[in-house]
Amino acid sequence: MKLGGVSRVLLIEDDPAVREGLELALTRHGHRVHAVESGEQGLDRLRTELPDVVVLDLMLPGMDGFEVCRRIRAAREVPIIILTARGDDIDVVAGLEVGADDYVVKPVQPRVLEARIRAVLRRIGRDQAEMERYGDLTIDRAGLVVANRGVPVALTPTELRLLLELSGTPGRVHSRQQLLESVWEHGYFGDSRLVDACVQRLRAKIEDDSAAPVYVQTVRGFGYRFGPV
Amino acid sequence: MNRPVAPRPSLGLRARLMFAFALLCVITTAAVAGGIYVQARVAILQRTQDAAVQAMRSRLQALYPLRDPAPDAAELGRIAGAVAEGDDDALALYHGTRSPAGPGRPCLPFGRPCRPRLDPEVIPEALRREVAGGHIAWQRVVWLDGPHLIIGTPLLIVDPDRTARASGIEVYLAQSLAPEQRSIDGLAASAWLTGGAALAFAVVLALLATRGVLGPVRELGRAARLLGEGEMRARIAVRGSDELADVARTFNDTAAELERHVRQLREMEADARRFVADVSHELRTPLAALTAVADVLDEEAAGLPEPAGRAARLVSQETLNLTGLVNDLIEISRFDSGVAALALNEVDVAELVRATLRTRGWPERVGTELPSAVRARLDPRRVDVILANLVGNALRHGEPPVSIRLRADPRWITLEVRDHGPGLDEAVLPRVFDRFYKASAARARSEGSGLGLAIARENARLHRGDLTVANAPDGGAVFTLRLPSRAPDQDGGAE
Repeated sequence: MKLGGVSRVLLIEDDPAVREGLELALTRHGHRVHAVESGEQGLDRLRTELPDVVVLDLMLPGMDGFEVCRRIRAAREVPIIILTARGDDIDVVAGLEVGADDYVVKPVQPRVLEARIRAVLRRIGRDQAEMERYGDLTIDRAGLVVANRGVPVALTPTELRLLLELSGTPGRVHSRQQLLESVWEHGYFGDSRLVDACVQRLRAKIEDDSAAPVYVQTVRGFGYRFGPV
Repeated sequence: MNRPVAPRPSLGLRARLMFAFALLCVITTAAVAGGIYVQARVAILQRTQDAAVQAMRSRLQALYPLRDPAPDAAELGRIAGAVAEGDDDALALYHGTRSPAGPGRPCLPFGRPCRPRLDPEVIPEALRREVAGGHIAWQRVVWLDGPHLIIGTPLLIVDPDRTARASGIEVYLAQSLAPEQRSIDGLAASAWLTGGAALAFAVVLALLATRGVLGPVRELGRAARLLGEGEMRARIAVRGSDELADVARTFNDTAAELERHVRQLREMEADARRFVADVSHELRTPLAALTAVADVLDEEAAGLPEPAGRAARLVSQETLNLTGLVNDLIEISRFDSGVAALALNEVDVAELVRATLRTRGWPERVGTELPSAVRARLDPRRVDVILANLVGNALRHGEPPVSIRLRADPRWITLEVRDHGPGLDEAVLPRVFDRFYKASAARARSEGSGLGLAIARENARLHRGDLTVANAPDGGAVFTLRLPSRAPDQDGGAE
């Protein structure tokens, strides 16, 4: 994860013009872009070199974007930003469910994509705080390690940031808008489904029973809060 | 469409038919029964009178020759007694003298006379004159308890030279017509009865006839109404082969033809919309590539030599505009195809409005009246689209100050965006939400895709709310956005 320095972007996009255009634009913004035209090539590349972020088009020939996303997520916690066609809401929901961290709508302006990439790559501030313990869950804010019953839990950067944001003020309700601004660095009108999808994934990893969450609780009509445990 | 509630048409027709049947029946019955009644009554009375006159004549024959041409009361009594028979009363008069009044008939069981004897006063004046003139005459009078026939006759004296002259004695006989009255009453009663039965029968017939006519008519009306409401498959059953069946068949044919036309038009419209959607989607990929490099061009433009630099900026700017247009087209095709969905969220409305203004750098240019603590369940992104459009329009086309006012009641929130310009032309008002409608042909193209207000209104309606426009009395256009404070959930909004 780099900020300011060179970050490595894996771009998976089948249309040559779009691929070339995005490669050009992201390179100008200082990223080292490796562009491939299919999901298979992208997965091959991931086996040899781990990028800082993956930008993935959902509409791919052969293996589709959802499958690629699922396979990346099964092995890695690398941030994934999906490219979706405008108006394909179902794609957005499905993409978030298989583990994407964020999405942008095509045609995308490079500066928007750039902002999203920076947001998912933003270094998570390491506190000097001690190890926090909530029930069976331990959060090490210095080492950025989360463990459930002593077993480390593999969280993506976005999931980790969401958990740190919520657990930073246990018992306080965070609205979806607030979380979008603080975790995703979207404006007020970001897509609240990002939050909901990420909460679902986080619960699946840290809760004993996702249907009856203890750590990340829903406050109907307002948002989410951490605990009380 | 505002249709006045039509009075039930079948009632009028039914009433008219019933009335006609009943009237026909009454007239016919009255003519037949009345005619028979009158004839029978005349015949009965005639026969009675003839018989009575005949009987009286024959009884008078027995008195001749008269014993005394100037009889006293006793003699008159004898004459009267000879004429009277049964219940009848007789009275004999000779100038001032009259036969003595009898005891009258006793009325059982009291024995009092309940009926005075025939009196000269009872006898009508006209009858007296007729009899005094030497003729036998009769008249029906109502006397005491019922109709009576009073027959008067002068007694003639036949002189030895065989000429007859009036003796001056008049004999009157009152015969009760009660039995005849009873027969006539019976006749009238049976006439009424027959008439009533015929009337009832006519009403039943009329009901049957109206049902036969009105049933199909009502069904026709119902089907026509359904057709008018857009239920294109409305048809009616054709029964029989009368004129009504013809009408039903014609209706069905017309409806089928109409349905075919409407279906054709809808298919054409759907085709057109699908075409727009397909074109927009096809444009997206090349646009994605263009958009990706537009920034590069824009940033490099400054370093390029002059025509190339301007060209680069132009390409970059127009790429952005084209992207906006295509995005709007795709958005509107999503409304058309019904796939647009709400992502509902519980928000503070004032905060939402402030965020819209803040995001676009407008807070200093727009006055706000935003009561706090108004919470609503809506799709913030879509409401932002609406507000950005309305405020953007007001800032571009209206005059400052531009203001937003929020009001809320338990069921609705209302957001008013107004400017203080000259307002909109009345002719333009109903069309501002039309797609690609431009108030004036001279308006610059770059000010928007022409779909902004159409999309804004679609977004409002997706919330089951509405967006309307009017001119304020003191100038300026007022756009009013009205949204339910709890928009109905479709499938899968945010909780």
